[in-house]
Amino acid sequence: MSTPITIALAGNPNAGKTTLFNTLTGARQHVGNYPGVTVEKKAGAYTFASGEEATIIDLPGTYSLTAYSVEEVVARDYLVQEKPDVVVNITDASNLERNLYLSTQFLELGVPMIIALNMIDVAQDRGISLDAQRLSALLKVPVVPIIARSGKGTAELMAAALELAQKNAPWDPLYISYGEDVDLALQTMAQRITTAGFMTDSYAPRWLALKYLEGDSQIREKGRRADPVVDGELQEIVTKVGEHLLKTMETYPEAIIADHRYGYIKSVLRQEVITHKFDIDRLHASDRIDKVLTNRFMGPLIMLAVLLGLYKFTFTYSQLPVAWFAVFFDWLSGNLNTLLPDGHLKSMLISGVIHGMGGVLGFVPLIMFMFFGIAILEDSGYLARVAFMMDRVFRIFGLHGSSVMAYIVSGGIAGGCAVPGVMAARTLRSPRERLATLLTVSFMNCGAKLPVLALLTATFFSRSQAQLMFLLTLLAWLVALTAAKILRLTVLRGESTPFVMELPPYRFPTFRGLLIHTWERTWQYIKKAGTTILTISILIWAMMTFPGLPQSEEENFARQRQEVAASSAQTTDDQQLKEQLAAIDTAQAGSTLRHSLAGRIGTAMETVSWLPGFDWRTNIALVGGFAAKEVIVTTLGTAYSLGETDPESNATLSETLAKDPHWNPVVALALIVFVMFYAPCFVTVVCISKESGSWKWGLFSICFNTAFAFLLATLVYQGGRLLGLAG
Amino acid sequence: MPTVPLRKMQKDQSGTITAVKVGGELGRRIRDMGIVPGTRITIMGRAPLFDPVAIRIMGGTLTLRNSEADYIEVEVA
Repeated sequence: MSTPITIALAGNPNAGKTTLFNTLTGARQHVGNYPGVTVEKKAGAYTFASGEEATIIDLPGTYSLTAYSVEEVVARDYLVQEKPDVVVNITDASNLERNLYLSTQFLELGVPMIIALNMIDVAQDRGISLDAQRLSALLKVPVVPIIARSGKGTAELMAAALELAQKNAPWDPLYISYGEDVDLALQTMAQRITTAGFMTDSYAPRWLALKYLEGDSQIREKGRRADPVVDGELQEIVTKVGEHLLKTMETYPEAIIADHRYGYIKSVLRQEVITHKFDIDRLHASDRIDKVLTNRFMGPLIMLAVLLGLYKFTFTYSQLPVAWFAVFFDWLSGNLNTLLPDGHLKSMLISGVIHGMGGVLGFVPLIMFMFFGIAILEDSGYLARVAFMMDRVFRIFGLHGSSVMAYIVSGGIAGGCAVPGVMAARTLRSPRERLATLLTVSFMNCGAKLPVLALLTATFFSRSQAQLMFLLTLLAWLVALTAAKILRLTVLRGESTPFVMELPPYRFPTFRGLLIHTWERTWQYIKKAGTTILTISILIWAMMTFPGLPQSEEENFARQRQEVAASSAQTTDDQQLKEQLAAIDTAQAGSTLRHSLAGRIGTAMETVSWLPGFDWRTNIALVGGFAAKEVIVTTLGTAYSLGETDPESNATLSETLAKDPHWNPVVALALIVFVMFYAPCFVTVVCISKESGSWKWGLFSICFNTAFAFLLATLVYQGGRLLGLAG
Repeated sequence: MPTVPLRKMQKDQSGTITAVKVGGELGRRIRDMGIVPGTRITIMGRAPLFDPVAIRIMGGTLTLRNSEADYIEVEVA
């Protein structure tokens, strides 16, 4: 058995690369990450009819091989460093001219390549006929027409790939002429590179020179590190040619290079490779759909309905599986409760491990449903239209049209969840805009904040609760977008990433594609978040448990219990006894919480928390809220020694707060504002860190949000007091 | 033939690109996507707030912001 051959799939986004990958490998795929970046690395296994094995690598979709975003860098580094046996370049046959731009760059690199003319059926419907043999003869590479969706032609494609791999021919770069000025510069630079042996172990001299002329930032940086002297000399040549071109022709080297590449493609296609039966500008079915879906008036309305539908779908249909998980974990903790003796182990298993696992797995149905919904929008091509329609609005805040999805899912319509919201930001390709979105979606009113908001508004603003809740939703949007703008003007400062993007033709998503898409993203969430969340969950449990009450206090509560039991021995009223014992239990829980590390932190925080008007009880609840926002109400209940408080029906807590002299509408409003905007729950923080690729950003979101919330809450409280509203 | 910046073109108007006057990353991205001199271009429509603009080029549809369209000159025909 020889080692399996490696085949890299490469092509433009929307050319059907993923569909082909799924068709070829089926369920035999493995998703990972390229080291150091958040780009997915997908590999799969394929068995040829003859029994040979192949590893298929699905490279990220790119339009070019010159460094622009991480996708290009990843794809190029893979080709240059890993040297796959064959590249299968998948092209959209109905849009061949532009797709061949990338193919030309593979040819210039010299990697053994096959061109797959995908969606040949769509091209035929559009009156485009292609002569694959002629194209193959002109480009000197095998060309195979296929339909990736149905698998038609894929066997021939793979047979051709195997044949090419077995030839094991050396890389054979294509030299395109770029006109006198550029060619001369290329020649001088290539000579200099060869004599100096400048990075020649990784790159071909002429190719390297070409990248310098194209102004490729990644290659230049590598060159500077490899040999600053040669790098300087090469850069000097580039500058000189650049100045000359600007003076004589008002153009740039990279423009000349692109023009000549397209010229080469045009010269190939003109030799009876492609014939159009209809006018090339003819409106296709997809364009007619666009006339409605991106219509200036109807478009936004339809988009609102679609996004609302996605939201309803995610949060309504996932309710049932979420409830199953909840029932399962309740059952599990119930069983443990009866099986294990009282003590720290039991408490840790139930409050730390099971609640932590429940925290991770409880989100799984939500994430699955959301990714399924997004996969439909993405695979059908609608998502690009959403970005198109929303871009003008979101650009004002330094964001991208695609950001809208993440905000809606996070709670832009109250009751979402920031965890799937953070994951939804994956559809954004521009790094700065994506990071700004990641860091601000948690400002939205997620479902877990609602019980807190509901409790406080019902208690202190019962007459205008509905209006206030609506205003709070608007406030969340305002704050999130403003914060995004602030971030883009400070830590994420920089030019907005070019918006130029494709509006791919509408397509019916394949069910199999949707399922694979949904599952691999969900699984990544479970794998990545699972371990971290369990650890943090146990940590938070420990913070709220240790150190325990001192011996004397424990004894004090035990004595109280005995007294109650003794005094009730005479009476026969069981009910009364239970109530008295429960009262002691909750009193003990209250003191334990105050005595614990979390309680001490809460008490210590009073030194600053008087500014927004929070006492130690509120502080503890807010510390607990870092575990999950719904914990705030429960912890507040424990801190007020009210025992188990059901976050859904909190009549007693509401009454207690209403009577407590410390509380008034101004304090309540300050707390509402704080809860809305302070540190995201740690599940979100973990997701932000994983999605941004750095814990730095997770930590940043904790600090930035808390500082921001503190400022706002202080303004509300102190402002309210000055206006004399604090009664 | 009049030459106008892409931003000024009306819906359904067609023409041939005469110049792309930008270098650097944006310039490269624009060219990667097929917006090069000599190519036919048709305005497909504009977003609700008149920006970005959707264009038909080489048989596919692209969108770009008006600020990016400013660099592209078209000979209207």
